[in-house]
Amino acid sequence: MTDATIGRASVPTAQEILEPSPGAMLRRRIFGHAGIVIGGFVLLVIFLMALLAGVISPGDPYDQVLDRKLIPPVWFDSPKATWEHPFGTDALGRDYLTRLFYGARISLLIGFSAMLISGIIGTTLGVLAGYFGGRVDMVVNFILTTRLSLPVILVALAVVSLVGSSLTVVIWVLGLLIWDRFAVVMRSATQQVRNLEFVAAAQALGCSKTRIIMTEIMPNIVNHLTVVATLEMAHAILLEAALSFLGLGVQPPEPSWGLMVSEAKGLMFFDAWLITIPGAAIFALVLSINLLGDGIRDVTAPENRN
Amino acid sequence: MSKSVIEVAEATKTFMISAGFMRGKMPLHAVNGVSIDVQQGEVLGIVGESGCGKTTLARMMLGLLDPTSGAIKVNGQPVDNVDRLEVARQLQPIFQDPYSSLNPRKSIGDIVTLPLKVQGDPDPDTWKRRAEEMMEMVGLPSRVYNNFPSQLSGGQRQRVAIARALINRPEIVICDEPTSALDVSVQSQILNLLQDLRKEFGLTYIIISHNLAVVEHMATRVAVMYLGRVVEQADTETLFKSPKHPYTEALLGSVLTPVPGLGVPDTHLGAAYPNPIDPPSGCTFHPRCAKVMDCCSKQFPPTIPNKHGFVECHLYSQDAKPPKVAAKRGRAAAKKAVNGSGAAQKKSRKTRARASRRK
Repeated sequence: MTDATIGRASVPTAQEILEPSPGAMLRRRIFGHAGIVIGGFVLLVIFLMALLAGVISPGDPYDQVLDRKLIPPVWFDSPKATWEHPFGTDALGRDYLTRLFYGARISLLIGFSAMLISGIIGTTLGVLAGYFGGRVDMVVNFILTTRLSLPVILVALAVVSLVGSSLTVVIWVLGLLIWDRFAVVMRSATQQVRNLEFVAAAQALGCSKTRIIMTEIMPNIVNHLTVVATLEMAHAILLEAALSFLGLGVQPPEPSWGLMVSEAKGLMFFDAWLITIPGAAIFALVLSINLLGDGIRDVTAPENRN
Repeated sequence: MSKSVIEVAEATKTFMISAGFMRGKMPLHAVNGVSIDVQQGEVLGIVGESGCGKTTLARMMLGLLDPTSGAIKVNGQPVDNVDRLEVARQLQPIFQDPYSSLNPRKSIGDIVTLPLKVQGDPDPDTWKRRAEEMMEMVGLPSRVYNNFPSQLSGGQRQRVAIARALINRPEIVICDEPTSALDVSVQSQILNLLQDLRKEFGLTYIIISHNLAVVEHMATRVAVMYLGRVVEQADTETLFKSPKHPYTEALLGSVLTPVPGLGVPDTHLGAAYPNPIDPPSGCTFHPRCAKVMDCCSKQFPPTIPNKHGFVECHLYSQDAKPPKVAAKRGRAAAKKAVNGSGAAQKKSRKTRARASRRK
């Protein structure tokens, strides 16, 4: 008897049961997803490193002290290792930890800017092609095929050797080259959403095309956009590292992670940490961004999970 | 009363679709010369099989598709020439699937107030109140105002779609299969709601459906479509009591009855729906018609007006042969036309019916 009354009292009436709002459900899924939590945490740490490089660095990234060169990191069993240079110094006696912090700035800056440029180009082309179809689609597909037939590294090499290399040039070259995935994904996502009836309903209400694209279609494809954006950011960071390694990206004495690997390659057999430290940093950054991207895909489109 | 609000004159919509690899494009006449007058205050039902052009016709009336030829006028003005907002004020659709007709990323409030926003309604302060009034009229509690479509049931979503369609008080509502995506128990609620709203606002409905019960319940006049043509038009009572066109007869005969042991009704529609890219010659219905005559495969049937509407069939033209003789021959021909699997199915149906009778 008492059980029944308790049971009755605790069961809410049918009207009160409402599913949580999409926002609340999304938050719950985000914090339950290991990839997002780990990737987000690592990315946050690297981001803070870049942001606070001027405050937390033990030294100056350009300051060369030639009599203190090639000091190994503190965890090495070496008499030269010192807490003054926790990650050691490079061949020119520059503090490696400081250069790592400042290098994070360059990697994130290049990754983010290149992603932004390519995202704007690719999304515009893809959404227009998907929404209007027909001739617009044909033109966009032609541009896309042209772009896909250009090898990124070779074009980047050619452009950089033509106009000289600098941070801005690297950002623009990468931004103008890696928009293809944005265009492909946005095009097919738009095509899917475009044929749904709420778009027809908006047309029947007299909405303008701009309004339909911005308020009806974009909110429904923005999850695909975030996923591609994170992946392309990682892609851009890797390409920057590759270009810098080849000597065609960021120029010395800028502390880019790719450049640090490149500068250390001559000492690879004797002072391997010079390569492993920036290499591990690139690995951690790209991995964290990819984890985050995969996680965002999982939580925003659970039906696409495999 | 007899002011026509929608006039469709010989409207045609032809899609060019690819016929296959390296074979170029073929025209598909989705709507092939349809003329319909919709009078103010009436409920016009449009019935027909899937693929007969019902939805294309509706989309042309809404101005979402331009007719290839012919004209569609709303309140005397051609749909494709008038400002879209003007058409939207007079004409609103209710779509079939409430799961895809509401933007999942927008709250119910945003969805219902969107028409006011788009029309540039002068006092934004009243939007919320008016949306809530409209929601109350369609039977939605006002607390769902801030909810999202995914939190509502199918019936509730369809009510949201109705509220969105009616908030600007249009004169005409085009319902494209308004209930076919809903549970049976919810269907009648939505239909009754539509009836009530019609009385309340003096609406004119065009109801597109392949559910004959829905049309019989709602419509005052019915147009039967087959392969892009309206083959018969009559007021509801006449059409359901004494169908003229053999296709209408077959459609009415195809309704399942709840009587056990009767089996599946035999409609003589054995042959599959013809390929709309390559429609049959003459009367497009002749390969499936139970009363087919010689002239059917050669001549396009004339439109024969009667006092309830019209019918498009050789059976009713003066120079046709007496239908009884023709019918016998026709049925044999029809049987020949039936493809193998269809015949087998028919046979198995008959044997099943016999078996159940023996029990």
